[in-house]
Amino acid sequence: MVRSSDDNEKKSLVKKLKDVEISVPIVYGNVAFWLGKKASEYQSHKWTVYVRGATNEDLSVVVKRVVFQLHSSFNNPIRAVESPPFELSESGWGEFEIAITLHFHTDVSDKPLHLYHHLKLYPEDDSGSLSVKKPVVVESYDEVVFAEPSEGLFARVQNHPAVIVPRLPAGFSLPPVPAEDADKRKRVDPKDNPLTQWFTNFSEADELLKLAAARQQDCFEM
Amino acid sequence: MDAKDILGLPKHSLPIPQEKKSRPHKDSQRKPDGISREVYALTGGVAPLMPSVDVNQLKKRHQPENEKITWEWLSFTSSARKDDLKLYHWVRVVNGTPPTGDYQFAKYNKSVDVIKYTDEEYEKHLTDPVISRAILIARAPSPADVSSHPLVKEPYNITQEIERKRALSMVLSQTKHQERKDADAAQDAELAITLNASPEHMEKTTAPVETGSPSNIQAASGVAPLMSMADNAAAAAASLRSLRVYLRTYALDQMVQAASSSAGLRTIKRVEQFLQELKVNLKPKVPTKAVCAEHLELRKEILTLLNLQKLLQNKEEGSSYREGSYTETPDTPKRLQRGIDQDRTFVPDSVSFGAISTERVGKRDQKRKGPGREAPSSPAQSNKRPRKLKTTDSHQENRNQY
Repeated sequence: MVRSSDDNEKKSLVKKLKDVEISVPIVYGNVAFWLGKKASEYQSHKWTVYVRGATNEDLSVVVKRVVFQLHSSFNNPIRAVESPPFELSESGWGEFEIAITLHFHTDVSDKPLHLYHHLKLYPEDDSGSLSVKKPVVVESYDEVVFAEPSEGLFARVQNHPAVIVPRLPAGFSLPPVPAEDADKRKRVDPKDNPLTQWFTNFSEADELLKLAAARQQDCFEM
Repeated sequence: MDAKDILGLPKHSLPIPQEKKSRPHKDSQRKPDGISREVYALTGGVAPLMPSVDVNQLKKRHQPENEKITWEWLSFTSSARKDDLKLYHWVRVVNGTPPTGDYQFAKYNKSVDVIKYTDEEYEKHLTDPVISRAILIARAPSPADVSSHPLVKEPYNITQEIERKRALSMVLSQTKHQERKDADAAQDAELAITLNASPEHMEKTTAPVETGSPSNIQAASGVAPLMSMADNAAAAAASLRSLRVYLRTYALDQMVQAASSSAGLRTIKRVEQFLQELKVNLKPKVPTKAVCAEHLELRKEILTLLNLQKLLQNKEEGSSYREGSYTETPDTPKRLQRGIDQDRTFVPDSVSFGAISTERVGKRDQKRKGPGREAPSSPAQSNKRPRKLKTTDSHQENRNQY
């Protein structure tokens, strides 16, 4: 008797929610500091490449680990980061493409997702004099979309600040999932991470306005 | 230095004048004043201080120590010559034995077999237009011998050749406009075939490109993109769902590709130019769900706009453009007309931005309204309008008018 109810629970956990998507806004990129006096020919900059939640929320709700693949000239170029903050720091002189692979928890996905980021050390403008205090920051915004998530996953993440979930139709009942202990949840305290002050604040408002304005042009009135 | 110190001699005896002497001496060797270094170098200039190529890096001739090389003035014959003329030249002799073999240039002595015929042969075989082939066959001891000759292998088919040359010249003389139309029509045809595979469509779209895109294809191309766009979008959405996990930017990319699948490369470029003029990022900087949806809709609207512009342009240029060889089906004028009439409020060559221009658009429209769509001004207009009229050109035109 007990077994069958367990089975039912398991089945409903796995059941997929049709036409539902949940998304996790992320930002990935790098921060690079020029070493100034301490700079040598092969180590002119200290940089950090990372993947973070767009609002600095903890990504480990869905992300199990992040693997950064560096240029082959680095020792052990494949670096795995198992816990947040999902970042990697190194020192060097060259700019190159870094392959970032996101591995998710088993209830989220068994397939990893690939991102590519071109490491930037030097400022865009030629006149940009290298400063030890102000780093070069290049970030890209994107959203990881999980199509038709399982009911179990939905239930687990629906209240997490890092995840955007749609409103389910009224009366929809999700299987009960043990709520994560709020204290246990690893929170990336902005005070802990010194890089937070350099992060870009991505807001969709500006872009939405521009798009709406464009679509309202006379030429589109038919 | 120390010796001078010990001896008590002055340390600097004529140092400055010495330096001065040596420097001007060197300078005069460098370059004359008055012209720049590069210009002087053009005339030959001063020899470089260091050799640009390290002589040690050049390949050396491999000559083992045990061989003795001498050069001798010897005579030679060539198999290319019919006579036994003996000429002389320098020969590299190794260990006393002169080289063997034919004269090295004899292999280039190629000759061409020119066919000559007697009067008798002419009478018998050559009064036929297909001359050379006939004589070859006639002369051959057996058909098998001569069958490998290129003339016999591919007999000259005059009707085929006339047709081929006509097609070639048509393709060669196509203007950009025609090229564009043909490329678009070909794409539409492909799409229609793969997606719709119904007998009706097959008929319409199998017209060969070389006969210059008859209006059948044009009619089909109006319908096909609308149908295939929806299909493509559905297919793209399905493939995304099957991925389960994907990036929003990737999803947008797929949807954009699906929407532009019926458009040629040129059209896609024009869409991007349009976006840039509207100050919209080609790839959104903050790709949220809402932003991506808006972006996609905007792109679709621009595509529709450009397609309609093209249709109108074709209609106006078509009347003065097509002559003789192309046959217009009676269907076409009506179809285009209907399409154009629906867009009365829309005037293609005054795509305008901002509220000010609506007035102008209205005015222009009044002029054009009238019973006969073939307004008397149109032939003149189409002559004046430059053939390569891109969207950006028309934009610029309008800007000047403001």
